[in-house]
Amino acid sequence: MGIETFLTRPLAPALERGGRDDDVVMSTRIRLARNIDGVPFELKMSDSDQKAVLKAFEHAQTRRPNDVPELILFRMRDLSPLVRAVLVEKHLISPDLMEKEGGAVVLSDDEMVSVMLNEEDHVRLQVFRPGLDLSGAYALSSRIDDWLEETIDWAFDETLGYKTSCPTNTGTGMRASVMMHLPGLVMAKRIQALIPAIQKVGLTVRGVYGEGSEAEGGVFQISNQVTLGLSEGEILENLEGIVRQVIEHERMSREMLKQSLGVALEDRIFRSLGTLRYARSLSSKEALTRLSDVLLGVYLGYIEGLSAKKLSALWVSIRPGFLQYTAGKSLDAGARDMARARLLREALR
Amino acid sequence: MLCENCGKRPATFHFTKIVNGQKTEMHLCEECAREKGELLPMSKDAFSIHHLLSGMMHDLSQRPAASSGERLSCPSCGWTYEDLIQTSRFGCSECYDTFRAQLRPIFRRLHGSEAHTGKVPRRGEERLSKRRKIEALKKELEQKIAEEAFEEAAKLRDKLRALEKEA
Repeated sequence: MGIETFLTRPLAPALERGGRDDDVVMSTRIRLARNIDGVPFELKMSDSDQKAVLKAFEHAQTRRPNDVPELILFRMRDLSPLVRAVLVEKHLISPDLMEKEGGAVVLSDDEMVSVMLNEEDHVRLQVFRPGLDLSGAYALSSRIDDWLEETIDWAFDETLGYKTSCPTNTGTGMRASVMMHLPGLVMAKRIQALIPAIQKVGLTVRGVYGEGSEAEGGVFQISNQVTLGLSEGEILENLEGIVRQVIEHERMSREMLKQSLGVALEDRIFRSLGTLRYARSLSSKEALTRLSDVLLGVYLGYIEGLSAKKLSALWVSIRPGFLQYTAGKSLDAGARDMARARLLREALR
Repeated sequence: MLCENCGKRPATFHFTKIVNGQKTEMHLCEECAREKGELLPMSKDAFSIHHLLSGMMHDLSQRPAASSGERLSCPSCGWTYEDLIQTSRFGCSECYDTFRAQLRPIFRRLHGSEAHTGKVPRRGEERLSKRRKIEALKKELEQKIAEEAFEEAAKLRDKLRALEKEA
């Protein structure tokens, strides 16, 4: 399978099926950071060290068991900057890997698994699941880790656990993240109180789109901060406990808004739908805000005949890289806004 | 008041900087303030994880306990303690051993802990349990010798040798 397949579909097949609590949770991701014993870390690596990492992975590939999906390797240097940008927009690679000529990404054809090679750590393996599914995502990531470990010696310390390039990942090397759509909490202005509360219990919250605290489209990612001293199971339990509470708060906020705002909320949602259906130029920020409103409208039962799945796909296909890849040429900001409006018009007609 | 940098436009930005107890005042126009980077005193990546971390590690390195690490460098990759503080990153897996003593307060502050309790590589687990068995046998052997139970001690010694060979 060539890289084109991954670039022409905005939504990963692995995320198409609805998951648990998918009215609030968009997806779950587990990332394990691992390094190969005896190979210097990122900042001290030579070209031949980077090649050794790719080689070690390719060797493991020849002994892949049946319960690990088939994986295809793409070297960064073979991918154009635009292709890399699309992979970033799909969260399949990090912005960091995008800059690494000696890096590579390994993908399963349904995009459930993405392994980054020669990023900040030699191996960063990621598993994505739809909705809230921390245990399912961890089970597969740990299985892949076991398989790789059969042929690769991980840098591991009996006291400190998995040795990573940065001390923030030492120990389990695990970052578990849950991507949540929280328009209710944003609109009810309760998100400002929620974020510091979550940060107090060893978790972090950040907006997925847009810089800083301004989370465009109400999409937030909650993940664990601590990787040392707690087992993987404990970390996942803590995160799940908090996420469940946020889900409940979000659902309550949505109901509360529906009751207290009534027609004003309905009006806002349909104005957003109108904008997406008829506008001639839309910035990324506005499009995300409007899509978020419309998705909320679908969940509240105001809008019928539009699927959440279709909206989730639009979430990605309106990103700058994806728009340009689809257009087959580079577009300046003005042209992108027009292409974005056209795409939304056609999709929502 | 005119901008003290260009002396042409009116100063609309007034800064008071206190560095090491030294107070300095600056009066700049918007243009010069932007040029000097004073308008946004924090650079864009000021809150990046590495930046924050390196700031924290620098603070810790000022403590007497950490100063013993100042002249250390990793025998495997040449990474120095200074490199570790500057980048808040390790050069290789051996750096963990080189800077072990200096790392403890860092891990405590970052994670509230300095001991891994999670997953262990499967092959590592075997190694780990063998090593633990060897240590237990050694203790037992010492005790038997102290008790002058030489026959049992000899048996234990053979067991120990066999295990050590495997490990």
